[in-house]
Amino acid sequence: MIGGFGTAGMPAELIEALIAQGASDLTIISNNAGNAETGLAALLKAKRIRKIVCSFPRQSDSWVFDGLYRAAEIALELVPQGTLAERIRAAGAGIGAFFTPTGYGTQLAEGKETRIINGRPHVLEYALQGDVALIKAHRADRWGNLVYRKAARNFGPIMATAARCTIAQVSAIVELGALDPEIIVTPGIFVHRVVIAGRAPTP
Amino acid sequence: MTRWTRDEMARRVARDIPEGAYVNLGIGLPTLVANHFSKDREVILHSENGILGVGPSPAAGTEDPDLINASKEPVTLVEGAAFFHHADSFGMMRGGHLDVCVLGAFQVSISGDLANWHTGQPDAIPAVGGAMDLASGAKQVFVMMEHLTRSGESKIVERCTYPLTCAACVNRIYTDLAVMNVTANGLEVIDMCNRMSLDELKHVSGTTRIFGRAG
Repeated sequence: MIGGFGTAGMPAELIEALIAQGASDLTIISNNAGNAETGLAALLKAKRIRKIVCSFPRQSDSWVFDGLYRAAEIALELVPQGTLAERIRAAGAGIGAFFTPTGYGTQLAEGKETRIINGRPHVLEYALQGDVALIKAHRADRWGNLVYRKAARNFGPIMATAARCTIAQVSAIVELGALDPEIIVTPGIFVHRVVIAGRAPTP
Repeated sequence: MTRWTRDEMARRVARDIPEGAYVNLGIGLPTLVANHFSKDREVILHSENGILGVGPSPAAGTEDPDLINASKEPVTLVEGAAFFHHADSFGMMRGGHLDVCVLGAFQVSISGDLANWHTGQPDAIPAVGGAMDLASGAKQVFVMMEHLTRSGESKIVERCTYPLTCAACVNRIYTDLAVMNVTANGLEVIDMCNRMSLDELKHVSGTTRIFGRAG
């Protein structure tokens, strides 16, 4: 799992580290399929990805993905964005699957189990778990409590709950107790590693 | 044939969105609607990437890469704005909390089927984003689009030929020629561009199932 909506919240330095680490034949769960040549696009370009699960691969600067897709060098599982978020949330909450009206009667629900609930047709969607989640937050403490910055929060909090190992890159690690318990977004129980990386943004 | 301009269409949509509504404006043409809310009306804009209370574009030089909208363009916040994660953001759509969404479309059928995510062409790269969640979840779905394609074909159709986003979900259609409600009997015209006749509208739309407002 790789957090971010476009480049907001994308853990670019963790992705660079993943490229250096060398893992390949990966299945990536992320909202988009990379922008320009950096971050997720660089991982795609390095041909480390077998399959991508996402909602919106096609963007003005997604030429790396576009090329791989047209050459049939990558598999795509296209998921409506809310279903993607909910499948991730479900995995983190121990829910195996759920029914949703989103996508019913469309190509994206072909072959899926359906059920009428309260008179409305629903589609069965399964939870989506990751081995590893790479996310970007703003600040962390030693326990892994996280706060995010503006709309860079997006998929971070739900992906943190849905992977066996969650690694968060942050711009600062503060003393235990320095984060107000009232504003912690991701409690440390969901976070296994924190890494200081990237340029510190303005607060 | 006279047509409404894009700004005239946007002004018309903005006029129909009530005070206090929570609204999501889709990518493309619908984003123009944000420029036309009257100052005395409080409308709260939702952005699928986790913002309620989206404000206007920032002044040059003050853009923040962590503060963007669904089109990934820089935005600002209004007072009272809130951030939240993606499951909450889509829970707002899917849970029926958004009052209105305004979406662009490739095609809308007279029964309110919407096709706006994929042309189905073999070389096209499909991308769905939040379109299906919005279309199936918002209390009211407005479509805003040009009435005709560049080659002159009607985007209002008896049956969609492009892959569906959601069946029977559209409540109202705003085009550059007319404003129409989707009803069980077909499309009810509630406003039409100057000098357009109902017969002309039926003709360019390629359907007879368009009727004028009763009374």
